[in-house]
Amino acid sequence: MRDVAVVAFSQSPSVRRETDCNEVEILIPVIHELRTNAGITNEDVDFVCSGSSDYLAGQSFAFVSGLDAVGAWPPVCESHVEMDGAWALYEAWVKIQMGYAELALVYGFGKPSMGDLPLTMALQLDPYSVMPLWPDAVSIAALQARLLLDDGVVSERDMAEVAVRDRANAKQNPYAQVKGDFSVDQILADPYLVSPLRKHDCSPISDGASAILLAAGDRAKDLCKRPAWIRGIEHICEPQDLGVRDLKRSRSTEIAAEKAGVRAGKIDVAELSAPFTHQEILVERALGLGSETSINPSGGALAGNPIMAVSADRAVAHATSGPCLQQNLICVLEG
Amino acid sequence: MAELCGVMGIGQTRYAAKRQELSMPGLLREAAERALDDAGCTWADIDAVVIGKAPDMFEGVMMPELFLNDAIGGAYKPMLRVHTAGSVGGSTAIVAASLVQSGVHDRVLTVAYEKQSESNATWALTISMPFSVATVAGAGGYFAPLVRGYIRRSGAPEDTGIRVAVKDRQNALKNPLAHLQLEDISFDMVANSPMLWDPIRYLETCPSSDGACAMVMAKESIATQSTKPVAWIHATEMRSEPTMFSGRDQVMPRASLDNAAALYKKAGIQNPRDEIDCAEIYVPFSWFEPMWMEGMLFAPINEGWKMTYEGATALDGDLPVNMSGGVLSSNPIGASGMIRFAEAALQVRGMAGDHQIDGARKALGHAYGGGSQYFSTWIVSDQKP
Repeated sequence: MRDVAVVAFSQSPSVRRETDCNEVEILIPVIHELRTNAGITNEDVDFVCSGSSDYLAGQSFAFVSGLDAVGAWPPVCESHVEMDGAWALYEAWVKIQMGYAELALVYGFGKPSMGDLPLTMALQLDPYSVMPLWPDAVSIAALQARLLLDDGVVSERDMAEVAVRDRANAKQNPYAQVKGDFSVDQILADPYLVSPLRKHDCSPISDGASAILLAAGDRAKDLCKRPAWIRGIEHICEPQDLGVRDLKRSRSTEIAAEKAGVRAGKIDVAELSAPFTHQEILVERALGLGSETSINPSGGALAGNPIMAVSADRAVAHATSGPCLQQNLICVLEG
Repeated sequence: MAELCGVMGIGQTRYAAKRQELSMPGLLREAAERALDDAGCTWADIDAVVIGKAPDMFEGVMMPELFLNDAIGGAYKPMLRVHTAGSVGGSTAIVAASLVQSGVHDRVLTVAYEKQSESNATWALTISMPFSVATVAGAGGYFAPLVRGYIRRSGAPEDTGIRVAVKDRQNALKNPLAHLQLEDISFDMVANSPMLWDPIRYLETCPSSDGACAMVMAKESIATQSTKPVAWIHATEMRSEPTMFSGRDQVMPRASLDNAAALYKKAGIQNPRDEIDCAEIYVPFSWFEPMWMEGMLFAPINEGWKMTYEGATALDGDLPVNMSGGVLSSNPIGASGMIRFAEAALQVRGMAGDHQIDGARKALGHAYGGGSQYFSTWIVSDQKP
């Protein structure tokens, strides 16, 4: 395997409702900043890959206009996944591994405020047997949380502690959307949103974009003083049907973590992208993280969740997709 | 240096307006099982799954790969979902090949599909967005002006498109999987069909189809053990450009020309018309055959129509195009590009049945999409590069 590193990263602030900009307009300054900071132009980039979802924009081929943000002229080698940007990063990493590219631009963007996100996510479910019931994303997650609580896998206090930690960490992150000092008791006094989930158990709905520059070997060293080298990147997808999965653990995260070599050394920092507090606990356990790891110093997805744009020292980064942590990607990075 | 990758299994569904006896998972599984049978392997042999389809709104399922993955053996495996507009079937095959060529996986299953009977593609393409003009045109309305532009520039005879439509439907009669089986297809029948988007007549357009196409690709050490012929991938290439900007040539986009030049360079091809034995080109409206003959550098600019007119692209011509009947005969949109790639592979494997070109050794698979702005292509051969 070739040495490949993240050499630049930029992001928009995560905001509840971006009223003035469309998806492309959110993306333009992010990509501009990335190129400026790295000191590169379009001509230096060998491969472009993006992640987004048409259903967030409410429009077919929504990603096509992303090319306007790239300024894809002369024409570029480009691909797109209808997934979170983390999987676009994976595809770009593959292209560098095969020698097709040395420098790749990756971006993800989403503007879920255009619609009713929890209800829109119901359209991800089996269209013949489940979706006609319109189970929204929060309700599906609540089913899982209820199972975890009833079986004593987590407590409501555990979940509240995750929210308190992430929101406190997010105070240091100017891009985060939900931040501040909260107490566990104060949070537990809040009413349920969808029992047993309270508002703080759910990630916010965020508009936003992020972009990453990925480079091979010496190219990475030229562009960046301290590249974040990818030592392992793996992703696994479970079946979607909730009845055939063990919802009390994240099996796919466990497998991906094992293959990516998460436990091969001490993990200093972990950035987890679980959209609900109980799911963050499951991911944390699946990764085998202990007290030596700082979890979500940025605040994580619970502080800002521009879905499709959650991409990223020995550190581990996590991304997820589908109901109840169906699909998970793990990336191990070293300075 | 990239690993060598070979196509060792191909599976296609029967294409039809409505495959109502199958769900979406059933449709994908029909193609995937056939590809596995052809490759002589089982679900357990597959390391990763790559799924492709056109916009999610075509079936009304958001990121449908999440619920489909299980039906094609993807449980607890890596799964990717590709979407690059109409070129997606080709791009999906290219991503699957990359997973092998990078050395990341040994054997990969890729499936592309569309189930148009569960949707209304023209509706999905004409949603009105804030602050933008809804064209309410569908694909035909979008592409007709580009065809007009081509006719004006090239001076091509107005019946060129009719000839393509007749040829591709005749070819489809040799392909039992093809959707349109028009036994009595003729020049007059096409010429007298209603004008939908001038100059595109009803019988010069693609149908709406249900269908899926699947391939199993493997690294050299596995593929060489195959008991059946293998299609070796010599080169893949992709190019994209923005939809609209001042000065953009939408009739003959630079992305197409750049893509073709880069593809041939990688494949070591000096003279594509001489060196390539046959091609499956994405032709959703008849006129795009002559246009892409130029766009793929088989003919000089403004002379692609001569290839059609002189019969060069017929089954007995010097560069047969769309032996399977092409997109004009079967169009499960998200799969239409992969079918081009798979049919090119079938030709060099000598397994194309009644539409086989004798002695096909090197073939081109081609797909395009968006507003003539996404291009994906590959060159396959019976010989290793």
